[in-house]
Amino acid sequence: MTANQADVRRYRPRTSVFWWVHRRSYLLFVLRELSCVFVAWFVVYLVLLVAAAHRGSDSYQQFLEWSSRPWMVVLNLVALAFVVLHAITWFTLAPKAMVVRLQGRPLPARMVAGGHFAAWAVASAVVAWIVLGGW
Amino acid sequence: MAKRSSSEAVAWLLFSAGGVVSALLAPILLLLFGVIFPLGVLAPPEHAHMEAVLRHPLTQVVLLGLCVLSLLHWAHRFRYALHEGLQLKRLRAPINLLCYGGAIAGSLWAAVVVFG
Amino acid sequence: MPDTITLQVTRYRPDADGPPTLQEYVVPLREEWAVLDGLNYIKDQLDGTLSFRWSCRMGICGSCGMTVNGDPALTCGTFLTDYAPGPVRVEPLANFPVIRDLVVEIDDFMRKLPEVKPWLVREDGEALDDVEFLQTPAEMDEYKQYSMCINCMLCYAACPVYGLEPDFLGPAAIALAQRYNLDSRDQGAHQRLDVLATAEGIWACTYVGECTTACPKGVDPAGAIQRYKLTAATRTLRSFLMPWRAR
Repeated sequence: MTANQADVRRYRPRTSVFWWVHRRSYLLFVLRELSCVFVAWFVVYLVLLVAAAHRGSDSYQQFLEWSSRPWMVVLNLVALAFVVLHAITWFTLAPKAMVVRLQGRPLPARMVAGGHFAAWAVASAVVAWIVLGGW
Repeated sequence: MAKRSSSEAVAWLLFSAGGVVSALLAPILLLLFGVIFPLGVLAPPEHAHMEAVLRHPLTQVVLLGLCVLSLLHWAHRFRYALHEGLQLKRLRAPINLLCYGGAIAGSLWAAVVVFG
Repeated sequence: MPDTITLQVTRYRPDADGPPTLQEYVVPLREEWAVLDGLNYIKDQLDGTLSFRWSCRMGICGSCGMTVNGDPALTCGTFLTDYAPGPVRVEPLANFPVIRDLVVEIDDFMRKLPEVKPWLVREDGEALDDVEFLQTPAEMDEYKQYSMCINCMLCYAACPVYGLEPDFLGPAAIALAQRYNLDSRDQGAHQRLDVLATAEGIWACTYVGECTTACPKGVDPAGAIQRYKLTAATRTLRSFLMPWRAR
């Protein structure tokens, strides 16, 4: 590199902190990443529920009343939307990482994703069945 | 050139495991206990039934696994979001401490509650 | 169809002060004209001082990548009529330092690419020139899509991680590493692991997926990285748990 070249001023664009608002796919990416906050909230809520149930019938009733306050329902609706976004994006991307082979031939991505969605449906059905008293 | 990172590999595997279990179980549990029961669409389970389910060893293991892996999933994604989304790369060490410290503390709390 | 279209082109003079500005040019709008033809019309007929790179005009050389209306694109394969009535904004590739007008500095990519050894590595001592390596069509299908990469760097321009973390090895370099990792004739996968499975390698990627959207040749770098994460994680774990078996 000659001295002349080294002196040449490059223009280096800076990435703004809000780089993700200008593009739909970037926005969707950031929302997907933010879903983890609601996954963490889900764990907190779940442990609070288990703790209340373990403390006895009265505190379980108190938890149910607390959970039906309007702001709690709104919070949980938002959280539900985010964990559903997490689940959909997660299962859609699963075939990108996993190459499933059947008799040496890789299965098409749609079938791998389909398998994940089917597992999601089965898991949800089993949980609902247990919670709603089938067990 | 940077060195091969086994900690990143382990963090990613735990993040992925947490991603799978939370995607499988979080939506239905939040739907039932966060929306359907609170809104009165369906009657919530009786306390006796809840206790019978929650005291079953298999439920306890699944619940603890769900909690621990989901928190590790959160820790991994959240630290990337802070590093990159907010461009806080210089605060890498405290952010990692916050995320994984939080995940470990939350896991201990979950273990005490679930088996308590 | 109107018979002209306005191009808003980035001008940057390193010797003058100030950040880049947009300059408008009116060029003929023709059915068969790509954005690159519009730029060449400007260069030949309107303003000879405009600088940009181009060569083959057929999507093979990978040198005419620019940002067209906000999207990274090969200007030779992006047609003006798709943007009628215009105007069309033509800017340099994002995430790269700008040398002049639409010309960016690609040294960073040129330095990173050979680090992943994007060639056939043989460890059994057989010289590549002396032996014929046979390969079945199924074995070729394993890596074929990655071999379509033309190093145009659109994926780097589309990747926000690269924009924020210039040390990131980046989509094309990792996809090309996978092109050789998945080649049945190659024996260099574990050498590349040391370069790829690092904080600046695959672990920097958060799967935005825009590299795959931007690729003009149908390569799926995001998928290559994601797949390699699983490979690298299991291999790293194995050498972690069973160090005596690690290579």
